[in-house]
Amino acid sequence: MSSRFELAVALLFVTTIAFAAEPAPLRVCSDPNNLPFSNSRGEGFENRIAQLVAKDLGTKVSYYWWAQRRGFVRNTLTAGKCDVIIGVPSSFELAVPTRPYYRSSYVFVTRRDRKLHLTSFDDPRLPKLKIGVQMIGDDYASTPPAHALANRGMTANITGYMVYGNYADADPPRRIIDAVANGEVDVSAVWGPTAGYYIRKSRVPLVARPVEPQFDLPFLPFVFDISMGVRRGDTALKDRLDAIIEKRRKEIDAILRDYGVPRLDVVDERSSS
Amino acid sequence: MRRLTVSLLLLVLAASCKTQREDSQAPGASKGSGEAKAMMPAFTTTANEDGQWLSVQKDYANTRFSGLKEINLSNVDKLKAATTFSTGFTTGHEATPLVVGDTMYLVTPFPNVLYALDLKQPGGATKWVYQPRPDPAAQGVACCDVVNRGEAYVDGKVIINTLDNHTIAVSAATGEELWNTKLGDINRGETITMAPFVVKDKVLVGNSGGEMGVRGWITALDVNTGKIAWRAYSTGPDSDVLLGPQFKPFYPMDQGKDLGVKTWPSDAWKIGGGTVWGWISYDPETNLIYYGTGNPGPWNADQRPGDNKWSCTLFARDADTGQARWAYQIGPHDIYDYDGINESILLDLQFNGKLRKVLVRPERDGYVYLIDRTNGEVLSANPYGYVNSTAGVDLKTGRLIPVATKQTAVGKVVRDICPASPGTKDWQPSAFSPQTGLIYITHQNLCMDFEGVEANYIAGTPFVGANVKMYPGPGGHRGEVTAWNPVTGKPVWKIKERFPVWSGALATAGDLVFYGTMDGWAKALDARTGAEVWKFKVGSGIIAPPMTYRGPDGRQYVAFLSGVGGWAGAVVSANLDTRDSTAALGFATAMSDLKKATTKGGMLYVFSL
Repeated sequence: MSSRFELAVALLFVTTIAFAAEPAPLRVCSDPNNLPFSNSRGEGFENRIAQLVAKDLGTKVSYYWWAQRRGFVRNTLTAGKCDVIIGVPSSFELAVPTRPYYRSSYVFVTRRDRKLHLTSFDDPRLPKLKIGVQMIGDDYASTPPAHALANRGMTANITGYMVYGNYADADPPRRIIDAVANGEVDVSAVWGPTAGYYIRKSRVPLVARPVEPQFDLPFLPFVFDISMGVRRGDTALKDRLDAIIEKRRKEIDAILRDYGVPRLDVVDERSSS
Repeated sequence: MRRLTVSLLLLVLAASCKTQREDSQAPGASKGSGEAKAMMPAFTTTANEDGQWLSVQKDYANTRFSGLKEINLSNVDKLKAATTFSTGFTTGHEATPLVVGDTMYLVTPFPNVLYALDLKQPGGATKWVYQPRPDPAAQGVACCDVVNRGEAYVDGKVIINTLDNHTIAVSAATGEELWNTKLGDINRGETITMAPFVVKDKVLVGNSGGEMGVRGWITALDVNTGKIAWRAYSTGPDSDVLLGPQFKPFYPMDQGKDLGVKTWPSDAWKIGGGTVWGWISYDPETNLIYYGTGNPGPWNADQRPGDNKWSCTLFARDADTGQARWAYQIGPHDIYDYDGINESILLDLQFNGKLRKVLVRPERDGYVYLIDRTNGEVLSANPYGYVNSTAGVDLKTGRLIPVATKQTAVGKVVRDICPASPGTKDWQPSAFSPQTGLIYITHQNLCMDFEGVEANYIAGTPFVGANVKMYPGPGGHRGEVTAWNPVTGKPVWKIKERFPVWSGALATAGDLVFYGTMDGWAKALDARTGAEVWKFKVGSGIIAPPMTYRGPDGRQYVAFLSGVGGWAGAVVSANLDTRDSTAALGFATAMSDLKKATTKGGMLYVFSL
C-alpha cells in the first residue's frame, strides 16, 4: 500500500514538473495566408501580438491554420482546435470578445500625385471617379463602403475586389491597393489595416484618409473596434487576455504602428497627410 | 413526442391550388376533357428496363423513374433492410449511387472517396476504393457543406468530380485512374459539387462558388481523354457565353448583343456568379442539353442594377459545340438567391390541344415552369407552394412579376418573404412516372424575414449584412411532397413533412414514390394517392435521392444513402450554433430542432422484399 502511494506521489511530482517546465501553448486560430493580419511564417501583426501574449503567459504560440472564410470560427475556435482568435470586431457574436485593443476605419486610398484629398462619401467628384471596393460575397452582405456607394446611387463606376483575393498569391488582399497604384481605379475604399500595410509596400506613393462620415444612418459603421475572441464560456482566458491587453498596451501599439495600421483611438503623430 | 410527422393531408392552401385528390383515377387519364397524361419522350422509353441505374438522374430526360415493379403497392409493406454500408464520413451525403451490371458505385462528400461494391458477394463486399485525395483547403472555401451529388458512368469508366475542381475518370473494373483534369481553382473560390453528366462522347461539368466572386461556367470534356472540348461562361461577352448565329431566344428580353456584359454595371460581370451546380438534361433528337445557372453574386442587388445576365438562366445548347440555341432568364435581377439550377424533366404532352415537346422545372422561385424545349417558350408557370415574393410570370414577356412590398435592401426591414432563399425547392431532384403522368416534387415550405443589418467579419475585414431569419411557411410545417400534373399545371395531392424534404424522389413502375426525410425516415408513397405505404428509420437524416436496381439475383432493391448535412442540415453535420442567426445564412434558426431528431453519419441502406 504505502509503496504504491509513494509511487503515485512520485508520478504526480514528475507530472507537475513536466507541466511547469513546458506550460500549455497559447493555441491560436489563424489564417495561414492573410497579410497584414497573419501568415504561416509569422509575418503578420496578429502573429506578433500572439507572440507577445504568449510571452506574457510564459509559453509559446501553437497555431491552428484555417482560411478565414465562412465557417472559420466553427471549424477552429468552436471546434476546440484552438482557443483564441487574435482579431475580431468587438461586436462579434460568434466569439466572446475581449476589451478592444485598437480602433480603425475604412479609408480612401489614392495616389499622392493625384492630390485628390478625398475624405467624404458625399464628395461631388466621387460619381465621376472609378472606385474600388472590397467584396465579401455572403448573401446581402458587403463591406460598408460598398453599401454606402450603392446607397448613393454609385454602381456604374465601381470595381469589386474579393477580400479573399487569389489564395495562391503571397498577398491575396493586395490587388485593391495595386489597382490604385497602377491607375486601374482612381480611389479604393479599404479597411484600414489592409490599406496601411500595402501602402507602405507600394512603389507608387499612396495616401490613405479615413472615410467620412464615421456612420451612415440608420446603421452603417465605417469604424470598428477590434478585440481578441475566445470561446463562449472561456472566461478564464478572456480575463487573462484583458489583463495582458491592458498591461502590454504600449507594445501592442508599437506593433500596430510597425504595420501602418490607421488608428482612430490614438493620436499617431506620424500619420500621413 | 408528437405523432409521426406525416399524415396524409389534403392541401388547404393558397388560392391557386384548389387541389383535391383526384381519387384513384390516374390524373389526366381519359377524363371528360379528353386530356391525355404527360409522357416520357420516345428516347427514354421504359419498355426495356434493364434494371440498372446508369446515371444519377436515371436517364437523359431526368425522370428518376425505374420500370422495375417487383416491389409494388401490394407488397411494399414487406420491404426490409437487406444490407448496409458505412461510408466513413459525417458531412452531408447528397449522392445517388449507380448500379452498372453487378457493381454499385458510390462517391462520398469531401474527400470524395469512390467505392465499388460487388453486389454478387453477400452484403455487397468492397471491390475497390478510389481515393482522389483532394486538397484539404477546399473545405475552407466551399460555400455550403462539402457535398458531392454523385457519379457518372460511360463505357467502362466511372467519372467523379472532386471538391477541389478535378474531374476524374477511373476504370469501372479496377478503380485505376484513367484521366484527371483540373477545371477550376480553389484559390479563387471555385469548387465542384455537382454530378458529372455524360452525353455521347462528352462529360459535362460546372462550377460552384457564386458567393466567392466566381464566374460561372459549364465545361465539356472528352470522355476518353479528359481534354476540354468547350467551355461556356454564364456572364460576359457573347463569344465567352457561346452565343452565335444559332442563338434564337424566344423573348425580346433575352435578345441582343453581349447582354452578359450590358446588363451589369461596368465590369461587375467578371465576378458575377451564375455558377452551374445542378442538373443537366439531354434531348438526342435535337442534340440539345438543358441546364440552369445560379444566382448573381457576390454583389448585393442594389450594387448591380440590370438583369444580370446570364445568371438564373435556363440554357439550351448544342451538345457537340456548346453553342446556345436559346436561353430564357428565369429570374432577371434576382434579389432572393433563387438559383436557377434545378432539374429540367423532359416530357411530351398535350397543351391546348397540341402535342408539345416540353421541359418541366419545379423552380426555386415557387413556380413549376412548363417550357417548350424546342424554342424556350413558357407555356405555363403555376405555384406549387406558397409564393408571395413575386406575382407570377407574365407569359407575354416571360418576365417574373416583382412585388413592390417584398423588395429587399440592406437597412430595410421586409417581413414574410415566401419562399425563403432555399426556394420552394432547392437542388433536390423530382421524379416523373409515366404511369400516373405526375411529377413528384420533394420540397420546402419556408419563409423569411429580412431584418436590418448586423456587423460581421471575414478575412480580417469587417462587413455589414442583413439578418435573415427563416421559419416555416403557412401551415407550420417545413417540408412537402407534391404530386404535380404538368398537363393541368396543378397539384393532385400533397403531404406535409416536419422538416424540409431535401432528398429528391424516385418513382417506380410499382406505382410507388420513394423519398427520405431529414429526421431519418426512408418512405414510400402510393404514387396515385400519396398514402404512406412504408417507412423505415435509418441512422441519420436523408438528403440524397434514392434509387432502385435489379440485383444479380434478379430481385429488386431500393437504396437510400443517409447522412444529414447540406445547407439545410448543416445544423447537425457541422454542429452549427442555432442561437446564431447568421449560421447557414439564416437557415440554422429554422432547423434548431433537427439536432434532437437525428445525428450525423454516412450510411447506405439497401432494401428488398
